[in-house]
Amino acid sequence: MRVQRRGKKSRENLFSSDVPKKSKSQPRGETAETMAAQQKEIAVSEFFAKNRHLLGFDNPRKALLTTVKEAVDNSLDACEEAQILPTVWVKIEALNGGARAAAGALAGDSKGKKEETQPVLIEATNPEPAQPVAPSMANATRFRMTVRDNGPGIVKAQIPNVFGRLLYGSKFHRLRMSRGQQGIGISAAGMYGLLTTGQSVEIISRTGKKKPVHRFELQMDTKKNRPEIISDQEMPHWEADGREMDHGTEVSITLEARFQRGRASVDEYLEQVAIANPHAEIHWSAPDGLHRDFPREVHEVPESPKSIKPHPYGVELGVLIRMLKETNHKHLGGFLQGEFSRVSPKVAREICQKAGLTASTWCAQVAREETDRLHHAIQNTRIIAPPTDCLVPIGPQQILKGLLKEIKAEFYTAETREPAVYRGNPFQIEVGLAYGGQLPTEDSARVIRFANRVPLLYQPSSCCITKSVIDTNWRNYAIAQPRNGLPEGPLIIVVHMASVWVPFTSESKEAIADYDEIRKEIKLAIQECGRKLNTYIRRRQRIAREGERRHVFEKYIGEVVTACRKMTRCDTKKLYAELQLVAKKRTATADVQFDEDGNAIKTPPSAGRLDGDKNVVVVEAAAAQTIAAEDERHGAKPSAKKQQPGLFAEEAA
Amino acid sequence: MATTASKTRNRETAQKLKEMADTVVAFAKKRQDPGFDIPTRALSNAKFDEKKQIITMGDASQRRNFFNLGQAKKFMQTMLVAAGCKELNEQGKTTSIRDLYYHLKHTIDGTRENTFDEQSESDPIIEDLEVTIASLREELGLFAENKGAMVGNITLIDNGDVIDGRRMGTGGWSVPSIVEPDIIQLKKCEADYILLIEKGAVWRRFNEDRYWDTNNCVILHGGGQPPRGVRRLMYRMHHELHLPVYVLVDNDPWGYYIYSVVKQGSINLAFESVRMAIPKARFIGMSSYDAEQFGISRTVTIAMKDEDVRRAKEIMAYPWFKNKKPWQKEIHHMLATGVKLELEALSSKDFSFITETYLPTKLKKRLWLD
Repeated sequence: MRVQRRGKKSRENLFSSDVPKKSKSQPRGETAETMAAQQKEIAVSEFFAKNRHLLGFDNPRKALLTTVKEAVDNSLDACEEAQILPTVWVKIEALNGGARAAAGALAGDSKGKKEETQPVLIEATNPEPAQPVAPSMANATRFRMTVRDNGPGIVKAQIPNVFGRLLYGSKFHRLRMSRGQQGIGISAAGMYGLLTTGQSVEIISRTGKKKPVHRFELQMDTKKNRPEIISDQEMPHWEADGREMDHGTEVSITLEARFQRGRASVDEYLEQVAIANPHAEIHWSAPDGLHRDFPREVHEVPESPKSIKPHPYGVELGVLIRMLKETNHKHLGGFLQGEFSRVSPKVAREICQKAGLTASTWCAQVAREETDRLHHAIQNTRIIAPPTDCLVPIGPQQILKGLLKEIKAEFYTAETREPAVYRGNPFQIEVGLAYGGQLPTEDSARVIRFANRVPLLYQPSSCCITKSVIDTNWRNYAIAQPRNGLPEGPLIIVVHMASVWVPFTSESKEAIADYDEIRKEIKLAIQECGRKLNTYIRRRQRIAREGERRHVFEKYIGEVVTACRKMTRCDTKKLYAELQLVAKKRTATADVQFDEDGNAIKTPPSAGRLDGDKNVVVVEAAAAQTIAAEDERHGAKPSAKKQQPGLFAEEAA
Repeated sequence: MATTASKTRNRETAQKLKEMADTVVAFAKKRQDPGFDIPTRALSNAKFDEKKQIITMGDASQRRNFFNLGQAKKFMQTMLVAAGCKELNEQGKTTSIRDLYYHLKHTIDGTRENTFDEQSESDPIIEDLEVTIASLREELGLFAENKGAMVGNITLIDNGDVIDGRRMGTGGWSVPSIVEPDIIQLKKCEADYILLIEKGAVWRRFNEDRYWDTNNCVILHGGGQPPRGVRRLMYRMHHELHLPVYVLVDNDPWGYYIYSVVKQGSINLAFESVRMAIPKARFIGMSSYDAEQFGISRTVTIAMKDEDVRRAKEIMAYPWFKNKKPWQKEIHHMLATGVKLELEALSSKDFSFITETYLPTKLKKRLWLD
């Protein structure tokens, strides 16, 4: 946008003042005057209405997900800020298509029926391959999404602004770790709904038991970026799903969308939200009538993160100029100390000195070139790293709980790194691994990405997290990995970046930008988890090997017993049992002998060296199953191969 | 036709096989890993007995255990072969080693694995069993396919039938794998010597030219490396009829080795040398000097390959050739000229040059090596 505007300005200069003759030589072209008539301010909302892909509304399928995502993120943020254990209800109803009847029954409110007269629109092609849903659902193009939470609610005066204006919110003007960052999301979703269906956004909110319930219907004036209140009611009670809501917010958006399951679906999103937010309880009603509950596993609200002031290292020249202009501080020293974190009087003096200024220079009198020097001086002054108590990581225990409840694997481990800094912004990386069990063995590993507990479902390849995973040498951890590719095997890699400002590559918050500092931290965290995974896999392989050995012996015992009986008189059953005992004894002693470190290891089913590690969970039943299955495979494969030449030999004879 | 002696031997073999199974049962009872000591059939365990001038087997043996990942299958196979031999023994039958392979081959219960996949797996197991319980193949009731043929001035009895060596046509009498006295008796012999020829094709030339008739001898071939039956028959004729043995082979390292096996015994079957090796056997040809001596054109020689050179040097170092100057000279000369010569190369002179000129000359001039 900025580039475009600048381009127009320079063209204006060119034609109007500097070279007026040129415009005369092109009499049929536009003149500066005619062009000037067309040049006017663009409202942010108008811009995004045209460029909705920037906010994640590229196609109907993604629009549905983005809408759910914005609403759920807001709900969780609000609950955590108010230190309430969040409970979120997500409901999507189809308003047309064959599923109408079912959806209507599920919805049970009048809004669903209103749309019954809508014609059924059938789209010819599926833009993205996805798992099939109920056939009726594939036809539906209009949905109503409702997200309700038990959060603190919103005061009446702010409801229209929060839901009806773009870039209106509490989150942009502070540096604080939260899911939302800009204040675009939910109002953009409402705007998308309005654009595609003409339906208003409905909001119900209540701030306390003794407070009234407000119900709004809002539309948005995209030209002015202002909300239009269609209706505004006050109600004494708010009952939902058979219970009175004492406080909370509900938002309903009707939008054109497409409902699908599988990759990058609402299901996947909510599942991942549940992993990263084990303290949240989520109820999910899909338009095809399926209902799923994600239970609460952790009963403490995460600590509320503190806001911090920006660190000087992260400030850009333009921002510095603006800050100098807007500050209430009179002197430069006071400005630096007051507006930034980690600037002591001594550091402030040092910066000013390096810039050829003094701490008592008047802020208003700092010239353009001096600001440039100031910016340079900041970068060349040693300033202590920003405070990191503003970060609230999920924590290894919570990640483990989240993984355990949503993913059926056999080995889990998680790690939280110490905070680090990129461009003056503190951040913290956490990694969780889940391995084996029921995870698919043939595919690439699944990478689940989170930024401030929000799942990232799109643009994996341009994300710093994916790049870091590929960059890690997984072969060190007994995991196959093709060159320049994701590791392969029954593996899920969860990476969470917590930061006061997550550097997304676009407004739709789909991928994290690739900063060296971030990539380094992710890799270190993965390596820590990888080492534990390696220990586990090696141990499992050893057990499998022993099982294989035993299998080989047991296979031949029958043959040997039969042969013995042909040669001498003996009790075959007894001999069989005795030989089996010997086989077990032999392989058991081998278990002890063959530890890779040369140590005698404990009984095989224990986690061995990982025993005392509280950041590791091994689900033994699942592990035993996998080993048994591997045994089977190892036992059958070689003989199957060998059988071929044998058959040919017979034929030849 | 089994004689009393052979009956006793069969009883002995049966007893040995039973003991083998008893060992396994005893080990299992003690909760121990069953295993046998199998004498090693390798160069490392082959000794040259200077006094007897034959290769004998040393005392080294390898343990074959059941509960050892690398040996488990072989152990099972050994037990199967032993059981198969016991069955043969009980039924008083003999069978071919290929037949036994099929008899024992089946899919192991509950798996997709076969007890044996190829005959090449069961053959060495049979040899293992032979050395382990010190019973010969024929005692186990096993025989190999007939290989090799014989004609000449000799009359034998084969399983009761009279075989006249002079009336065997072009194919000759096929030498069976088992030629023990209970089956084959040497009845009458007018021949003066035995001639072992390496190849069947050259042997046919000798038969067609009735060399055995004109020179009063017995001619044999073993189809390359002579099998145990041919070697055992020569041994018996050599000892029982006091006939000298002459060996006629190609002039290459392989030919030297054939002679070496006839004379001293083989490394693999060192335990059989006592009943097969003929230390007095003579190497009549072809020598590396023959090409010059008989004016054979250089065009029919074959250049030695690296493999041939390596093998020739190996044979030169065998203890039974090492201290014999004529042999060192012979092999040295081959390496010096760098060529090999096949028996058929003599046909460049004339089809019957070998029977009419070459061999009579060599014998007359006593141009042989010991």
